[in-house]
Amino acid sequence: MALCAKKRPPEEERRARANDREYNEKFQYASNCIKTSKYNILTFLPVNLFEQFQEVANTYFLFLLILQLIPQISSLSWFTTIVPLVLVLTITAVKDATDDYFRHKSDNQVNNRQSQVLINGILQQEQWMNVCVGDIIKLENNQFVAADLLLLSSSEPHGLCYIETAELDGETNMKVRQAIPITSELGDISKLAKFDGEVICEPPNNKLDKFSGTLYWKEDKFPLSNQNMLLRGCVLRNTEWCFGLVIFAGPDTKLMQNSGRTKFKRTSIDRLMNTLVLWIFGFLVCMGVILAIGNAIWEHEVGTRFQVYLPWDEAVDSAFFSGFLSFWSYIIILNTVVPISLYVSVEVIRLGHSYFINWDKKMFCMKKRTPAEARTTTLNEELGQVEYIFSDKTGTLTQNIMVFNKCSIYGRSYGDVFDVLGHKAELGEKPEPVDFSFNPLADKKFLFWDPSLLEAVKIGDPHTHEFFRLLSLCHTVMSEEKNEGELYYKAQSPDEGALVTAARNFGFVFRSRTPKTITVHEMGTAITYQLLAILDFNNIRKRMSVIVRNPEGKIRLYCKGADTILLDRLHHSTQELLNTTMDHLNEYAGEGLRTLVLAYRDLDEEYYEEWAERRLQASLAQDSREDRLASIYEEVENNMMLLGATAIEDKLQQGVPETIALLTLANIKIWVLTGDKQETAVNIGYSCKMLTDDMTEVFIVTGHTVLEVREELRKAREKMMDSSRSVGNGFTYQEKLSSSKLTSDLEAVAGEYALVINGHSLAHALEADMELEFLETACACKAVICCRVTPLQKAQVVELVKKYKKAVTLAIGDGANDVSMIKTAHIGVGISGQEGIQAVLASDYSFSQFKFLQRLLLVHGRWSYLRMCKFLCYFFYKNFAFTMVHFWFGFFCGFSAQTVYDQYFITLYNIVYTSLPVLAMGVFDQDVPEQRSMEYPKLYEPGQLNLLFNKREFFICIAQGIYTSVLMFFIPYGVFAEATRDDGTQLADYQSFAVTVATSLVIVVSVQIGLDTGYWTAINHFFIWGSLAVYFAILFAMHSNGLFDMFPNQFRFVGNAQNTLAQPTVWLTIVLTTVVCIMPVVAFRFLRLNLKPDLSDTVRYTQLVRKKQKAQHRCMRRVGRTGSRRSGYAFSHQEGFGELIMSGKNMRLSSLALSSFTTRSSSSWIESLRRKKSDSASSPSGGADKPLKG
Amino acid sequence: MIRVRPPFPSPIYPPPLVPPSSPSFLSPSHWRLQLTFASYQRPSAEECPTSSAPRRRRLRWWRWRRRRRRRSSGSCQGQQADPFGGPPARRGAAPRGPMAMNYNAKDEVDGGPPCAPGGTAKTRRPDNTAFKQQRLPAWQPILTAGTVLPIFFIIGLIFIPIGIGIFVTSNNIREIEIDYTGTEPSSPCNKCLSPDVTPCICTINFTLEKSFEGNVFMYYGLSNFYQNHRRYVKSRDDSQLNGDSSALLNPSKECEPYRRNEDKPIAPCGAIANSMFNDTLELFLIGNDSYPMPIALKKKGIAWWTDKNVKFRNPPGGDNNLEERFKGTTKPVNWLKPVYMLDSDQDNNGFINEDFIVWMRTAALPTFRKLYRLIERKSDLHPTLPAGRYYLNITYNYPVHYFDGRKRMILSTISWMGGKNPFLGIAYIAVGSISFLLGVVLLVINHKYRNSSNTADITI
Repeated sequence: MALCAKKRPPEEERRARANDREYNEKFQYASNCIKTSKYNILTFLPVNLFEQFQEVANTYFLFLLILQLIPQISSLSWFTTIVPLVLVLTITAVKDATDDYFRHKSDNQVNNRQSQVLINGILQQEQWMNVCVGDIIKLENNQFVAADLLLLSSSEPHGLCYIETAELDGETNMKVRQAIPITSELGDISKLAKFDGEVICEPPNNKLDKFSGTLYWKEDKFPLSNQNMLLRGCVLRNTEWCFGLVIFAGPDTKLMQNSGRTKFKRTSIDRLMNTLVLWIFGFLVCMGVILAIGNAIWEHEVGTRFQVYLPWDEAVDSAFFSGFLSFWSYIIILNTVVPISLYVSVEVIRLGHSYFINWDKKMFCMKKRTPAEARTTTLNEELGQVEYIFSDKTGTLTQNIMVFNKCSIYGRSYGDVFDVLGHKAELGEKPEPVDFSFNPLADKKFLFWDPSLLEAVKIGDPHTHEFFRLLSLCHTVMSEEKNEGELYYKAQSPDEGALVTAARNFGFVFRSRTPKTITVHEMGTAITYQLLAILDFNNIRKRMSVIVRNPEGKIRLYCKGADTILLDRLHHSTQELLNTTMDHLNEYAGEGLRTLVLAYRDLDEEYYEEWAERRLQASLAQDSREDRLASIYEEVENNMMLLGATAIEDKLQQGVPETIALLTLANIKIWVLTGDKQETAVNIGYSCKMLTDDMTEVFIVTGHTVLEVREELRKAREKMMDSSRSVGNGFTYQEKLSSSKLTSDLEAVAGEYALVINGHSLAHALEADMELEFLETACACKAVICCRVTPLQKAQVVELVKKYKKAVTLAIGDGANDVSMIKTAHIGVGISGQEGIQAVLASDYSFSQFKFLQRLLLVHGRWSYLRMCKFLCYFFYKNFAFTMVHFWFGFFCGFSAQTVYDQYFITLYNIVYTSLPVLAMGVFDQDVPEQRSMEYPKLYEPGQLNLLFNKREFFICIAQGIYTSVLMFFIPYGVFAEATRDDGTQLADYQSFAVTVATSLVIVVSVQIGLDTGYWTAINHFFIWGSLAVYFAILFAMHSNGLFDMFPNQFRFVGNAQNTLAQPTVWLTIVLTTVVCIMPVVAFRFLRLNLKPDLSDTVRYTQLVRKKQKAQHRCMRRVGRTGSRRSGYAFSHQEGFGELIMSGKNMRLSSLALSSFTTRSSSSWIESLRRKKSDSASSPSGGADKPLKG
Repeated sequence: MIRVRPPFPSPIYPPPLVPPSSPSFLSPSHWRLQLTFASYQRPSAEECPTSSAPRRRRLRWWRWRRRRRRRSSGSCQGQQADPFGGPPARRGAAPRGPMAMNYNAKDEVDGGPPCAPGGTAKTRRPDNTAFKQQRLPAWQPILTAGTVLPIFFIIGLIFIPIGIGIFVTSNNIREIEIDYTGTEPSSPCNKCLSPDVTPCICTINFTLEKSFEGNVFMYYGLSNFYQNHRRYVKSRDDSQLNGDSSALLNPSKECEPYRRNEDKPIAPCGAIANSMFNDTLELFLIGNDSYPMPIALKKKGIAWWTDKNVKFRNPPGGDNNLEERFKGTTKPVNWLKPVYMLDSDQDNNGFINEDFIVWMRTAALPTFRKLYRLIERKSDLHPTLPAGRYYLNITYNYPVHYFDGRKRMILSTISWMGGKNPFLGIAYIAVGSISFLLGVVLLVINHKYRNSSNTADITI
């Protein structure tokens, strides 16, 4: 463990020699032991205290404490500050300690994990923390990679090895890594033990997708790239074993290098609070100065002459110096305007709110058994102020589950569900699904509702058979059969998987493949097709084809692809069929389904031979190989016969349209930022009701140059302006560059608009000179969809809105590509769903369904905001009321910083007498019940407009507090000045006065909290009454004889409580003070309620009036849209395994037909793969072009 | 001060290194074990098999109540939580988070979509308790006209009579105040302003227009005297005054500069004691026979019982000789005689001298009066102080003119609520009237605007 802490100078380069610990030790590389904990038992106290005193507030109180130790200044006993301070420090320390304990535990767990290390030629079990740089370790299937390794060899041919990087970048699809050829032969231990290559590479860094180094072995140099590396945090998949050389260990691994401090988010209330606290400090200093001047004058005028009875302290030689001391004394006693308990209470309240989020049953996902989780406790009230939501699409709005939903086969559409009467049934009220029991290989999870399709298959309709044959042949899916009949498909994209699974269930079971064959069980009989070529998918082609030879020897090309592309390449004879199919496609697209057109073409032997020959030539060409191949492919994919179309449903998550509608009603703007294609994104936009056909216009910005984009944006704005002018809003549009004005003009635009912008255009739109224009345009639109955006752009868009709109933003997403946006936005929400947990880790809140967002914002966020605002108002009020009394008293005690209250009262006021009721309010208060805030989304608006706590509200609270303090002092003053008790003795002694003021203060603030509490649960009752009871209990205890007998100098108020509170005059004073303090508040609130009620007041009132009113359930049906949207087919995956399959590289040797193995094509595949990887890695724009998972 | 720390500083990037749960410690997941409200939590049977029986019974009661409530209210709050037959939900059985959990989960699922971060088969389903679901039954008061207006009227109706009562009572109290500071040259006490005349006795004549019935109280009043000054207030040693012998000889530092005099500890120490009021006031009735009759002034019974019996005690000592008990101390600088010679009455001497005790109970305001003597009623037939001419004999020892102070002698009767107190009565009447008026105004406003706002349908 001690090793972990070692500090080293930064490395220039790293050298590691395999199997040579002695050599590697010279460099003192970090060991593989990680340490995320901060303290150990010895360092805990000093380090923790040091950290805590870095907080300004803590230091401030420490400073006060020191001031109090100076006798000339001390106006309060030291314990009035030290008790709360110690309390706070202790709580924080306990918290930190617990925290660190868990970190220690998790560190230990990781460090003690076992791995197999090759030491002295033998594989030995070692703990992770003992693995060193230069060691060779063996990994087995499904094991976590222990450190950053250079892959040496694996069980797979050619040193291939599959990994899952979900923990690193959130992508769940498998990735391939390959050992460099020279080491891939080091299969057995004896060879490995002799391996003494030396790696010289870059120093540790945090770039996950880059690595450059060189391996020196046997006087040869071999370049190394990221393609040869296995990074810590990955999981080995589908590979029995592999060996790797440790390059980076422990803290140097890319994973650990990436785990920086997360940016600390603050809420706007936090920032406001900090400003206000600064103001209050300013105010405090002002009061101190006023009173200090008063003191100097008093000492000069009166004090000097009063020295007969009260001589000055020795050190004090002038009135001026006395004033100076008095300044500090007053700072001490007035510091309670910003009490230490403010911060603690705020944290406790937020903690409470976080618990409520965690506990919320209605945000618990039954299916995934995941509750919502508030991962940070500092942002809750900000949830009530959100104005912009930035949402990811895939996995957030959609489930990222593709379902084969409908198809059109030879002019007939299948998949619609009809009810008994023959009407098209609504989705969601489906009858029994089709029974696939005839097919033993069927996937049980596949559901289809239209029985006619199965009938068509069963009666042997040739088109239908051909249709499914195509689906079962034309793909790059890999199958795995663990047991007989238990098929698992591994697809690059969920679309493909859905199609192959559909074919499987309808009796065309894709069973297995070799590089040259595909075996399909067609209606029970196994048929092996000879695979002649795979014409793989890419972004430009938007289609893929296979050429197969069936057992009869006929060669046929099967093709599937985007309709826009494929329809041009069909044989002209299919025109009529084409029209019907087009109608179907339109219909499908209108329902928001992803469509795909299927076609085939018969090829005769000679043509194929000739074509294959040309293809071979092209693939061997040195220059522009891709282009040549593309044109060759183009040639053969022509004159195809249309077979039909498929429609895949990109399943929306449950309740998405309703949620979006509700959030829109709550005046929250929703922007969808997706890596998906424009067509898909727009489709989803329609299906989740962000875009509707009622919209005045949907602007689509697709410009490729700056000018085009600018032009398009300008046109959009002009259109909006035009229409609103014609509507007659009566304002004239002027070309203004001043942004704020323009924005406000634009926001008043009539009509509903939407903006769709794609990644290229967005890149231009986000440039410094255009970003404002873009923002104005976008903000005037009801819905904004950005498609094909990179993660960085997502963050930039959020940043843009954050920067100029001064609005609270929320980003929600589920994948690694959303992390940047989640971290940038004020609030990040992670969907704990499909794509790994990267987003969740970066997020502030997580739950598993998008629809929970409405509850999080409209219920929890709203309440949190309301509670926090009420809490802060009350808190400032009560402390001003409490503290300002000293100020008034200053004028009557020679500005001597004499406190009005007993010192114990000062100590306990904030932490005992008044803390719990306000905490209970802060935690439990509700204005309207949760159903109402869903029913009336407008209730959310006060939060967005920041109405409940702002500077104005703050001044009102302060004013109320000062008003209370004035009465609190002057009413008892008026009563006591000349009064005597009912036994004739003096009433106006200092102690009685103190008790009277303190008691009326406690009662007044309790009544006030009672007024502020809108939701009196048993807990509120308990705390409010309890606080009063505790006040009196402590009062009497402190003034009891017993305590006085023990510490006569500490409990000077002996006998005071019973003597004072027995006086009717005192009670009359208390009642009078209370009424005078509270009456105006009640009157004011009543008037406001009467004359200018908030919506929440009205809702509450109506609820009271019509208690039995039934909840109006908003029911939003998912209605089939009959819009005119055209859908485009989008493979959401990268260029696939086509080449891999054809080369046979990824086939297990056992299952491989060795004969058809050609070294030529295989090496070309690897080269091209390598080149592609390095291309995309090196070109910065490459990222933008790649389709990203939404 | 708890600033909640940013999410765990370091490890966070991918999960293996981090407790996935937890940015800040305040983040619930870590607290889950510690902080849950016990009575709402379902105990996990595995965890505490022996001790949980009574608790479970209590829980059952809770749940029964909950169920009943739910049923009776007929509310439609989502799905019912699993009733209690179900397998005990293992909530937070392990500090979920440390990565091992993830690893296991992944290993088990193997390729299948992971349930959730760290999610395993364990249910983390929230309990369906009213508390956790924020559905605690509650009273939601609203300031409606029906509640607010009556309150204003009631306050008005209660306060005005009380105010009148207090005012009348206060007016019935007899009180006379005589300033004998002597700063005016015409005053008989003027001569005493110079420090040379010792002892200085001056006499002031006055007339009572009406007789004083019942017990009459004699006060001395001081103005511009800052008994509430911080340095003054703290300048005492309550241990010493309570008879603590060590404090007697070694008074607290708070007493500086009146802590020691000529190397002897001062008893009682401190500025308060040092500045004790030491004028002597005597009252004479000038009867018809022109022979002045002294009025009996009672010295005892003017201090609080607790002060006299608890707070102030003479130092312990075997014999009754008080001087012996105060041995080794010296008198306060300003005093004429030591503390054990304040009175001849053993019961009213030393620290428990009532004049001293009264003085030591410092005043809250710079103008104050302190009870000096009692004039007890002798019989029901005769007024305690009949109307007539009196004179006040003052032994003038206490200078106040240095700091513009004033000295007064006050005679007053009292009522159930103490001495004369016009402020309280007037304040009550005023507040009562304002409240009543406010009620009327609000009633008018409410009547005028009610229809337009409150009952209007909610428009969104």
